[in-house]
Amino acid sequence: MRPIFLQNLRILDPETRLDVTGDILIMDGRIAAIGDEISPPDDVRMVDCSGMWAAPGLMDMHVHLREPGEEYKETIETGTLAAVAGGFTAVASMPNTNPVNDTSAVTRFVIERAISAGYASVYPVASITKGLKGKELSEFADLMGAGAVAFSDDGYPVSDPGMMRLALEYAKGLGALIISHAEELALSSGGVLNEGRISTILGLKGIPSAAEDIAVFRDVCLAEFTGARLHIAHVSTIGAVQIIRQAKAMGVKVTAETAPHYFSLTEEAVLGYDVNAKVNPPLRTEEDRLAVIDGLRDGTIDVIATDHAPHSILEKEKEFETAANGMIGLETALPLALELVRAGVLTPLELIRRMSLNPRKILGIQGGRIKPGGAADLCVIDPEAMFVVNRENLRSRSLNTPFLGKTLKGRAVLTVSCGKIVHNLLW
Amino acid sequence: MNRLSSRHILSISDLGQKDIELILDTADSLSQILTRPIKKAPPLRGRTIVNLFFEPSTRTRLSFELAAKRLSADTVSVSAAASSVVKGETLIDTAKNIEAMRPDVVVLRHPCSGASHLMARYMERAAVINAGDGMNEHPTQALLDLFTVKRHLGRLSGLKVAIIGDIAHSRVAHSDIRAFAKMGADVFVSGPATMFPSQVEALGATVVLRPEDAIKEADVVMALRIQKERQGRSLIPGVREYASVYGLTSERLKLARPGAIVMHPGPVNRGVEIAPQVQDGPFSVILDQVTNGVAVRMAILSLILPETV
Repeated sequence: MRPIFLQNLRILDPETRLDVTGDILIMDGRIAAIGDEISPPDDVRMVDCSGMWAAPGLMDMHVHLREPGEEYKETIETGTLAAVAGGFTAVASMPNTNPVNDTSAVTRFVIERAISAGYASVYPVASITKGLKGKELSEFADLMGAGAVAFSDDGYPVSDPGMMRLALEYAKGLGALIISHAEELALSSGGVLNEGRISTILGLKGIPSAAEDIAVFRDVCLAEFTGARLHIAHVSTIGAVQIIRQAKAMGVKVTAETAPHYFSLTEEAVLGYDVNAKVNPPLRTEEDRLAVIDGLRDGTIDVIATDHAPHSILEKEKEFETAANGMIGLETALPLALELVRAGVLTPLELIRRMSLNPRKILGIQGGRIKPGGAADLCVIDPEAMFVVNRENLRSRSLNTPFLGKTLKGRAVLTVSCGKIVHNLLW
Repeated sequence: MNRLSSRHILSISDLGQKDIELILDTADSLSQILTRPIKKAPPLRGRTIVNLFFEPSTRTRLSFELAAKRLSADTVSVSAAASSVVKGETLIDTAKNIEAMRPDVVVLRHPCSGASHLMARYMERAAVINAGDGMNEHPTQALLDLFTVKRHLGRLSGLKVAIIGDIAHSRVAHSDIRAFAKMGADVFVSGPATMFPSQVEALGATVVLRPEDAIKEADVVMALRIQKERQGRSLIPGVREYASVYGLTSERLKLARPGAIVMHPGPVNRGVEIAPQVQDGPFSVILDQVTNGVAVRMAILSLILPETV
């Protein structure tokens, strides 16, 4: 590959808190030099990136790639293509595929498929329990040996607290991470949106915020009791933010993520029975949204993940009550997260920390750095670029997003993954 | 153009005060047809109404069918058991197929909230009337309730309306609260707290926990059916206790204003939400509601179809 000389970028490296304007020289798949006095070689491709940012390749620690089993919604290839279009060079894929990722064969299959696609790295999350049934633990050690980076029954909670305790204790012995889908089914069952004003207006059964709060509290208690590492997925409520904040202050080994839709949208997005805004946990109230933003601001919430959940029209274009939960997010996450910078909630460096370094640290994955000599694994972000969310601009196989047709601001214009250009709008 | 501000009748929220007044006035004039020896008039001749009922129904379905026939429209009725839904067809495909046969109106009863909104999105020509969607709304029932109250009490504005029972699962309550509030009545709801939807005030009602407080000085007292089929689990300890604490008894009715009327959208669980002597008593207008339903639906069909009547 011809050497690339990216000029006049704002270079952001959260590990060293580097935030400077300068140039980056990429040669032979590595970052050859960073600074403002680089002498590029003769055959270099010069690109003026004034006004743009360079960040370590983003990592999304919560995506659903649907392969194996539901390739009509997304494949590892289309999902990772969407990832790099969104600036992500690494994703962690959830295990609720068909078959479920509860055996090393499935874990290896996912990794190999991603390597063969050649876009973003995929780090499989294996299931906590076999078949996501909540009855028997999966073979954690075997799965880790095959490449699983964490364990989650995402999509379902581990309902039995005794089983969750077992999982945490067993994971602790192996140094593994448990990711909690925190939902008390006895309260949420049958619900299809947040319980409150909008559920009453639409005549639909709601899911109370207490269903999430109680489950987060339970799992935090168990993490404290067992001393194991726990990560709370897709935080959406005031209560959950407060519980996690308090647990962290008490020294519990808990981390947390939220998704862009929880700080960008409220329950009002489902008005008109918009199935594209139907997610689980559901979109909440303005108070919850602001609490999630506060959690991001003060570091209670460590990570912005997407919970990218592709669905075809077969699952979505139907009655609201029977439509599937979930929206795609890989290609809209960055513009939505950039709103936090524009609003003064996060500095660019802190935003990149939550979308690049923190998820890797939590999952124990190398990378998330921009440093001379390191592998070129980065994205160039144009925070001012406007783009329309539509079929032509999206790489995901599915279109289920409430932002369809909307114009968003800011996007990745160049993504270099493991030294290879995988997304390029610059030239 | 039809003479209502909305092409479809999906929610009371779609109708303005003027729309509602027009429907009630039209129903008043059309109701005379029902008292004639030959109960038929020609305004909808050549029009086709499809009644699509994905839930069991006797009175609503019959009411729509009679309303259409009284105005000389052709009607076709399809029930869930006889529809392609049992073969796996989606509601959207059903809508597209029905539309392809060029009916003028589709009356839809469906167990899912919002189903009529979904169907309406795929109807380019035909109007959709929501005949009850899940626990969301039943707008034509609310309109016939308004009509019944206006006939008996002469007005809607300024009345105190008490609705007692399972507010959360009652699509009638959801539409009635909106409709009465829109027409200037004060709506109070009461019942076991387990049967209130979250933030019911958003619909325009005031919540009072004791039924006596709702009934006191009320001009209209409406009891609702306990909808065990929608509740999923029992929301009350038992019907005996419900009848004792929340049932509309003669004693409780004495708290209402003199001349207050008693309503119930039916079907009634006799002796549970309403005592038999109240149900069959002089203040009950429950059967009038059924009669008025035909007139109101005649009015709706007339007004929703362009250049008729």
